[in-house]
Amino acid sequence: MLNRAAPRDPAALPRLALSLLAVALLWPGLSLSELDLGVLLHGDSAATMGHFVAAFWPPEHGREFLELLGRATLETLAIATAGMSLALLVALPAALLASRALSLSAVHRGGRPAWWGALLRWPVRGLLIVLRSVPEIVWALLFVRAVGLGPSAGVLAIAITYAGMLGKVYAEIFESVDPRPARALLGSGSPRLAAFLYGILPNAAAEMLSYTVYRWECAIRASVVMGFVGAGGLGQQIDLSMRMFAGGEVASMLLTFLLLVLLADQLSRLLRERWT
Amino acid sequence: MTLDLSGVGLTHANGQVALRDIDLKIAPGERVAIIGPSGAGKTSLLRLLATALQPAGGRLEVLGADPWRLSAAARQKLRARIGLIHQTPPLPPRQRVVTTVLAGRLGQWSLGKGLLNLLHPLDSAGAAAALARLDLTEKLFEHCDQLSGGQLQRVGIARVLYQAPELILADEPVSAMDPVLAGHTLGVLNEEAARRGIALLASLHAVDLALAHFPRILGVREGRLVFDRPAQALTQAELDALYANEQLQSRPASPPATTPHVLHIPRC
Repeated sequence: MLNRAAPRDPAALPRLALSLLAVALLWPGLSLSELDLGVLLHGDSAATMGHFVAAFWPPEHGREFLELLGRATLETLAIATAGMSLALLVALPAALLASRALSLSAVHRGGRPAWWGALLRWPVRGLLIVLRSVPEIVWALLFVRAVGLGPSAGVLAIAITYAGMLGKVYAEIFESVDPRPARALLGSGSPRLAAFLYGILPNAAAEMLSYTVYRWECAIRASVVMGFVGAGGLGQQIDLSMRMFAGGEVASMLLTFLLLVLLADQLSRLLRERWT
Repeated sequence: MTLDLSGVGLTHANGQVALRDIDLKIAPGERVAIIGPSGAGKTSLLRLLATALQPAGGRLEVLGADPWRLSAAARQKLRARIGLIHQTPPLPPRQRVVTTVLAGRLGQWSLGKGLLNLLHPLDSAGAAAALARLDLTEKLFEHCDQLSGGQLQRVGIARVLYQAPELILADEPVSAMDPVLAGHTLGVLNEEAARRGIALLASLHAVDLALAHFPRILGVREGRLVFDRPAQALTQAELDALYANEQLQSRPASPPATTPHVLHIPRC
């Protein structure tokens, strides 16, 4: 109040309007999803949850259980890693095909590919959309029926969905980095794949690496969720423990998740430091 | 004929006419400088000759072939025989100088060799030799982002020297260098062209450098070829007319000042 003549912030009104708009849009969302926080405080449900959470302490650490946990963790890691490797096999070629960054016709057209080039890229984009539009849990349910209970259903489900996601994001990363080095190489007669390796990859590698490790982390979580439908790993163990109301076991497994995500985070940091 | 153009015009994607009615013949072994005010179309002309832009009309022949009648694969083969030096060499910052220089021959190497070279430089001696001519040997294993603008320009030139093309096109190849280094570098390019009997075409904004190093001078203004003369036959009046600018104050009578032109070159 010291400075009464302070100039009015011209951005104040738009900001207020935007906030009101956000609330107006969020409210129907909340009511449509039937979110009711009151249920949490209701006597019965609170007591049930309280019992369940109280059983979390102490986390189960018996020798036999730890062995089981170790096996399940390894299985989860194996599902996530194998799924990611298979996904990469599909995603990398698909990203190269879908990306405009390697268009030969764009070299002499100021960066805009010819219409037939754009047309040829669409089927690949379509394939990537199909692969990622079906959630991995649905693929997992499908594969559990097809190949039976066990980790291979999880691996296939992750491979398919993540191929779609990685392919799309890689293609976009290739297009977002500086296109001039690759264009200069294409303009001096280099093959497209070589132009990619020498012109685009050096600029894109760090971002690709960080996204891939993050997706690997997501694959670990996804493989856990898929364990609930019988696709092996930690998820299957959690499902069993929860059904038996063994809170201590659940707590140990949640701690294991925490460690796994921490591991992925550190790995990502290490790789980025080394490569960028 | 290394280059044979008649009536060539160029229109940019936005409809702007960059070049019109260019008639030009350049024989193997000729060394030619392109001068002209900024925005005259020097870069467009060089990019057109490098087959990086497609002419809107006229007849264009580069190294004995019309690049736009060739298949895409044959055009890539033709491009491998043309060396284009960029004013700001587009080089990935994290790439090592040795890899960058060796990438000059990607058009001639098989894909497998290119891949292998990425894992381990296959011809670091060749890259070192190209860099040595430009006094840059000690930067062989450094990353591109550790170099200054002038050093980057020299790395770009070393890449084209290593490419060993049959035609060298240079777009302001020495714009970020001090006068002594600029003179030396143009000397290296001229010597390379003379030794291998190939044509060299360079655009320069410093008229004195053009006159000192090139026997034949092309003047470009507003997308047209204004003159095409031996350097000795060029008169002061022609130079004044080339650079005349109605908007700015009249230029001094001497050729454009020789103060080192400081150009901002973003690190690659």
